[in-house]
Amino acid sequence: MATEEGSGLAIHPMDQFVVKPLFGDGPIQWYTPTNVTLWMAIAVLAVVALLVLSTRRRAIVPSRGQSVAELFYGFIHKMVEDVAGHEALKFFPYIMTLFMFVFLSNMLGLIPMSFTTTSHIAVTVVLALLVFLTVTLVGLYRKGLGFLAMFWVTSAPLALRPVLAVIEVVSYFVRPVSHSVRLGGNLLAGHAVIKVFAGFAGAMGVASVVPIAAIMAMYGLELLVAAVQAYVFTILTCVYLRDAVGDAHH
Amino acid sequence: MATEATAEAGKAVGMPQLDFSTWPNQIFWLLVTLVVIYLVLSKVALPRIGAVLADRKSTITNDLAAAEELKQKAVEAEKAYNDALANARTEAAKIIAAAKAEIQKDLDAATARADAEIAAKTAESEKSIAAIRDGAAAAVAEVARDTAVELVTALGGSADANAVSAAVAARLKG
Amino acid sequence: MEGELALMGKYIGAGLAAIGLGGAGIGVGNIAGNFLAGALRNPSAAPSQTANLFVGIAFAEALGIFSFLIALLLMFAV
Repeated sequence: MATEEGSGLAIHPMDQFVVKPLFGDGPIQWYTPTNVTLWMAIAVLAVVALLVLSTRRRAIVPSRGQSVAELFYGFIHKMVEDVAGHEALKFFPYIMTLFMFVFLSNMLGLIPMSFTTTSHIAVTVVLALLVFLTVTLVGLYRKGLGFLAMFWVTSAPLALRPVLAVIEVVSYFVRPVSHSVRLGGNLLAGHAVIKVFAGFAGAMGVASVVPIAAIMAMYGLELLVAAVQAYVFTILTCVYLRDAVGDAHH
Repeated sequence: MATEATAEAGKAVGMPQLDFSTWPNQIFWLLVTLVVIYLVLSKVALPRIGAVLADRKSTITNDLAAAEELKQKAVEAEKAYNDALANARTEAAKIIAAAKAEIQKDLDAATARADAEIAAKTAESEKSIAAIRDGAAAAVAEVARDTAVELVTALGGSADANAVSAAVAARLKG
Repeated sequence: MEGELALMGKYIGAGLAAIGLGGAGIGVGNIAGNFLAGALRNPSAAPSQTANLFVGIAFAEALGIFSFLIALLLMFAV
């Protein structure tokens, strides 16, 4: 797939990201079931298996699956409480949704031949915009115009405050960009690098053990990146949410 | 590389991420997915896990309380045991002291009786010893006188019985 | 843009943009190293700061990812 006859070393690291219709070959409408649909559905099933099926016995002494579910619950619950504050706990299901979706999509994307939904800017932009809109609307709703006070750094000298305000506003609006590009870019980069090495392996004959070893190393790193990026996405959501619901200490 | 890829049908044209014709499709399915996950989590999974965790916490708290109670009971039982042991000890000590006193009394009486007997026996013995000694002393004087008379006679003197008696008595005294 | 020159410029530009990732690497290493130095001085305070560690790494890395994105855009989209 990565190499073709006649054209020498031809690597197509981007092929794995192509959105295709599941059935037929027609144009992609907004409702067309595509491989995006398939892998998102698998992510939903994984969430159900991980958090619902494993806990159906509601055991006091948990089974292995239930332990994992409780681990996720405790991890995110603690993160929301510690980072965003006790007030933010009513957003816990929302943040848990984001975390489970991003984490499982990242992990499912590492299955060979699979499709990584979170490597698409379209997906991460929507996720980041949802966070951005939630934070902005909740902040304005709870604090009114006081929410805008976070752009006015009262701890700085008065002369500097307008400059800082501009910087704060810009950085506030850059948040969704960096939030989404970080997640999408990390996954895109990792998967593309693995594919490039795979292309080398196809063209190098016996010496391809070297790129194969490199792929294995990269795969390990990508497992780490998949987990860490989900963690980072979630914790940044919590950090942003703190501005909206927490005490103003910006 | 990229230009070669663009030429081929079904392959990536540039970056698939920037192919905006697929964006509505992805966004639609993403929103559907998020809503489904949110509903599953908020309606089923999270309340359930939260309840299980709360359950476990209360069970552990109850168990800890029960354990504390049992521990208290154990401490009380130990205290009762120690008390009983101490009582038994004092009782035993009392009994031992009484027995000792009893024995001492018997012992004292027996000792006194034995002492009296011994004293009587001693006095008796002393009396007989004195008698024997007197007897012996008289016998000695007799023998000495007789011996002296014999000696004097044997030496060719005439033994004056009175003189010999006086001499012997003087010697015995000296 | 067409022609060999444009193609060359595109690839050179992509390569130059990729240098930016090195800066991100330096930044991430700096953060992790300083965290480790601080954690060794005061290990008891380290666990409470891991969240800040990851947030810092994420911010530093995001800028590298931007330059990576520029490289990709030059390679595949321009």
